[in-house]
Parts: sequence; structure tokens; C-alpha cells
Amino acid sequence: MATTPMREGSPPAVTDETLAGMHDDPRFLDLKRRLFRFIVPATLGFLAWYFLYVLLSAYARDLMDTVLFGNINLALVLGLGQFVSTFGIAWGYSRYVARRFDPTAGTLREGMENGDDA
Amino acid sequence: MNLLAQASGETGRTLTMVLFLAMVAATIAITVWARNHTRDATDFHSGGRGFKAWQNGFAIASDYMSAASFLGIAGTIALFGYDGFLYSIGFLVAWLVALLLVAEMLRNSGRFTIADVLSFRMKQRPVRTAAAVSTLSVSVFYLLAQMVGAGALIALLLGIKEGQTFLGMDADTAKIGGIVIVGLLMIVYVAFGGMKGTTWVQIFQAVVLVGGALLLAILVLADYGFNLSNLLGDAAKASGVEDAFLEPGQRYGVEVEGDPIQTMWNKLDFISLGLALVLGTAGLPHILIRFYTVPDAKTARKSINWGIGLIGAFYLLTLVLGFGAAAIVGADAITAQDSAGNTAAPQLAEVAGANVAGATGGAILLAVIASAAFAAILSTVAGLVIACSSSLAHDLYNNVIKRGAATDREEVVVAKFAAVGVGVISIVLAIFAQNLNVAFLVGLAFAVAASGNLPTLLLSLFWKRFNTNGAVWGIYGGLIAAIGLVIFSPVFSGAPNSLLGEGVDIAWFPMSNPGLVSIPLGLICAVVGTYMSSESNPDRFATLQVRALTGAGAERAAEH
Repeated sequence: MATTPMREGSPPAVTDETLAGMHDDPRFLDLKRRLFRFIVPATLGFLAWYFLYVLLSAYARDLMDTVLFGNINLALVLGLGQFVSTFGIAWGYSRYVARRFDPTAGTLREGMENGDDA
Repeated sequence: MNLLAQASGETGRTLTMVLFLAMVAATIAITVWARNHTRDATDFHSGGRGFKAWQNGFAIASDYMSAASFLGIAGTIALFGYDGFLYSIGFLVAWLVALLLVAEMLRNSGRFTIADVLSFRMKQRPVRTAAAVSTLSVSVFYLLAQMVGAGALIALLLGIKEGQTFLGMDADTAKIGGIVIVGLLMIVYVAFGGMKGTTWVQIFQAVVLVGGALLLAILVLADYGFNLSNLLGDAAKASGVEDAFLEPGQRYGVEVEGDPIQTMWNKLDFISLGLALVLGTAGLPHILIRFYTVPDAKTARKSINWGIGLIGAFYLLTLVLGFGAAAIVGADAITAQDSAGNTAAPQLAEVAGANVAGATGGAILLAVIASAAFAAILSTVAGLVIACSSSLAHDLYNNVIKRGAATDREEVVVAKFAAVGVGVISIVLAIFAQNLNVAFLVGLAFAVAASGNLPTLLLSLFWKRFNTNGAVWGIYGGLIAAIGLVIFSPVFSGAPNSLLGEGVDIAWFPMSNPGLVSIPLGLICAVVGTYMSSESNPDRFATLQVRALTGAGAERAAEH
């Protein structure tokens, strides 16, 4: 991964007009779509999975009490599953945005900050 | 029965004191160094925005892992088994909300506080006032819970009970002493070190905390040949309730035989708690302002990944510690020391250390875990004080009172005085509240954050029509709903362990956790408030969204 020099000092003057003007630019709309394509399903997914777990803990205790092996029951495995899915989504998100979002966002940002295309 | 008197009495106390003083000395040295490197408001509020991802990740973990999540979760697992684990799951999954929806956009569009983002496209003064009120409420609730806990913890760890003294202190004096010491240290960290000093102190304390927990967890697991199943089996046997100890339902959503109504409310109360836990984190001001301490949004993202890794690993350790305490120390010995189970982890340390190296080993490991617990408290309260101080100085003083005309220098001076003021008020309040059952305050802080802050933050970032009126309604609506429902809940009155005692009964809301009602209510207030006003500013929304996503025009790291 290339190291970008730390961006220091006051931000360059990007006018509000420049920023607002970019909002309807096809490149920005595409950027927004790329981000939402990941965060919307991911958010709905992990919230659904979390509340499924909470609801099972409250209302399906017989199921949760099922012993899988030794003293390990389904409740523990699903609980640890929440840890695994959290780590997995965080990792997947970072990978996705690094490939599909950061480069475009960077190009648009530099364009606006250098006044290339207002 | 005294924790330390059991093993090695005075030696143990002295060791605990020496380790604690060594830790304090190290953090004071960090603070002095940071003071010499803090020049302007960006340094004070945001540590110069130059922190690396791993550094901010450690500080995030330190901010987040309070006494409640170390001693509290370990203690709940030790006494109630599986249900203690439910807390840590909510606390961890919550980070995905912050990672996916809030952190990077907040970093790109704000400067010092959450109000910077909330007021970006709104009228400054009403929105900043509301955000400051909410920031102070959330942070002070959280702060009080930590400080009262710190007082009790110090008295317990020094093993001072009724009728005994240590260094001339009896138990009550030791409690007050604990509150005052924690309060003074947090004031020193923040007022002198600013965000730079506080962050380095937190990084150091995260290492102490995670290191201590890791050491103890390894010793416990080694006892069981690193076989978790055997540990769980022993814990279940020792608990007296057998397999039920490893299953949900001992603490939350308890099924009351012959009372289906109460059972229903208990279960809804549990769901309400789960909702506030998962949605609260991304609305906690002291967590959110940490994203301003890094150079850009990408670093903010990486720092959350560090935070998720550390926090997740830490909660897995507390799972081992909790079940370990149940198996090795036993519920009777734990409740004899503290009925809420907060001393489970320290007691486990003493026994586990004694198994390895006799009484001295027990005293040493107890001192290590006690220091880890102090580190957890100190780093969290310092983060809370800096959130209050930044909001008072940047939002209320500079932007509301001075209408944005205050100089950088003035803002820093006000922030320092604000830190001292918030610290002193918290010390006084905590001393008055020290004998009250304030454990509910952490849950309330999460509920207010989830009801007032998160909906308005998300609507600000994603809803074009959102406006000043909606933001103000949303913040106050969520805040009042969460606090109001708790006042009329069994937490305050009508139950044997209520805050107001048994004589008073004004309770009509049947759940202790208001989230299930107050979070939707906060959202509805924000939406209705928006449509009640004709204000609409699509251009400002366009500006905010482009800036939030691309980072164009975002604040940068300080040039020194």
C-alpha cells in the first residue's frame, strides 16, 4: 500500500459552491452509490442478525439451550458468532471501501481542492 | 471478610498502593509532556489530529472499556452466568453502526464536537445549545456512575469494612477519598494535557487493562488445560443452578412463574436494553470526538478496526474471567464481598495468583488487576470530561454566546476552566450519590445517546429535508423521553431496590430500560419537528454530503 503524505495545515479553500456543485455530478452520484451499495445491506444485515439473536435469547430459550458438544450450547455459539460477524463485516467493509470507494473519493477531493473542475 | 486481609494483609495493600502510585506517576509524566506540546484549540480539543490509527484505536478501546464493562460484566457473568455475556455482545456489535454510518462522515465534516456536524446546515445557536445539553447529560450520567463505582471499588480493594481503618481512613472516608482522587486525576489529565495528554494516558491505560485481563485469563484457562468446555462445566456446577447458568434468562428477561404479564415486561425490558446498547455507542459524544484526533477519514476507519479488535478480544477475556470467578471463587464468596459482583475479577486474581505462587502471588496479581480496574475508570472519566469541556467551550461559549467570534486562545482557556468545573461538580455529585444504586446511569447514558443523538446525526447526514426545528425536536425529544421514562420506572420508585426507597411509588412505566419507546420517539420527534417548519436548505445539504463523503475541505492535521 502506498503511503500518502500526512495532510497538514489548514484545509485549502474549497468553496461551498464547489462542494454543492459536485452533488449532482455523475462521478459523485456513482461514488455515493458505491458506498450505499455496501453500507445499506450490511447495516440491515447485522442489525437483523443481532436482533434475531436477542429475540432467540428472550423467546426461544429451549432452542438456545441445545447442547452442541461438551458444555457448549447454541446460545454460546451464536453469541460468539456475533463476535465473528462483527469482525468479518468490519474487515469486509475496509476491504471494499479501500478498493471501490477511496480511489474515486480521493480523485474527486483533489479535483475540488486544486480547483481543476468546479 | 476482606479481600486483602485474607491473603497477605498489609503487604497486599502496600503492593496495590505502590502499583497504583506508579501508574499515576507515569500518567502525570505523560500529561506534563503533552502540556508542553499543546498550543492551540486543535491541539486541546483534538490532539492536533496527528494520531495514528493504532494509537487512536487503543484510546478508543480505553475510552470505551470502563469499570462497567470490566468489573461489571465479569461480575454479572460470575453471578448470573450467560446473561453477562449478552451485555458485551451489544457493546461490541454497536461499533458497526459507528464504523459504517457515522465515523468517517463525522470526521470529514466536523472540527471538534458532534454539534459541528449537527449544526452544519442548520441555525447554529439552537442546534448547538441542544447538542451541548445532550452531550453534558450523557457524559455526566456516565461520569457519575464511574465515579461512584470508583469510590466503592477503592474501599473494597483496600479491604476496609465497617469498623476498620487503613492509614487512618474508615470505609466511608476511603470511598470519598477514592472519588476525590479519581476526580482530581481526571481534571489534571484534561485541563493540563488536553486531548493530546488524555489520548496518550488512555493508550497507556489500555495496555495496562488488556495486559492485566490477558494475564489473568491465561492463568484461569491454564488451570483447565485451555479447555473452555471444562471451565463452563465447573462454573455451572459451582453456581448451583447447573446448566441454566450457561443459558440465557438468569438475569435478563427473567420468566416469573405464574405471572405472564411480568414475564412479558421482563422480556421487553431485555429487548429494550439490547436496542439501547447497539444504537447508543454511535451517539456517545466522548467516543465520537475521538475520530477528530486522526488526520483523515481513512485513519478514523482503521482506528475503529483497531478498537473493534481490542474491545472484542477484551470481552472474550471477560467471559473467561466471569466464568472463572464463578468456578474458582464461587458466588457466595463474591456476594459476601460485593452484592453486585463487582469484585469478582479482583477476587479471582487473588485466588489464581495464590495457586501459582502462594500468598505473595495472590497479592501481586490482585494488585495488577486492581490497577487495571483503576486504569479502566480513569481513562473513561478523562474521556468524558474532555467531551464536556469541548462542548462547553466550543459549542456553548464560542458559538452560542460569542457567536463564533472567540479567539482560539480564549476557547482553550474556557475549555480548561470548563474541565475543572465539570470535574468539581462531578466530584460533589458523586459524593452525594455514593450510597445510591447508580448502576442504571450507564444504561441511561446509552439510552439518551441512542434516542437523542444518533437519530439526529443520521438524519443530518442522510436526509435532505431535515432542518433546525427537526434537529432541536429530535435531540430534546429523545433526551426527555429517555430520562422521563426512567423517572417513572421501577428504577426510581415502586420496587424494593428503587432509588427513592420503598415509601414512594410514582412508577407507571413498567421497564427499567426506556430505549424501546424513547428511541422511536426521538426519531418521530425529529421527523415531525422537521415538517412543522418550512426551513429547507438543499444546497447546504449538498455541501455537507459532498464534504462528508469525499473529505474535500475537511480539517487537517496540525502543522507541527
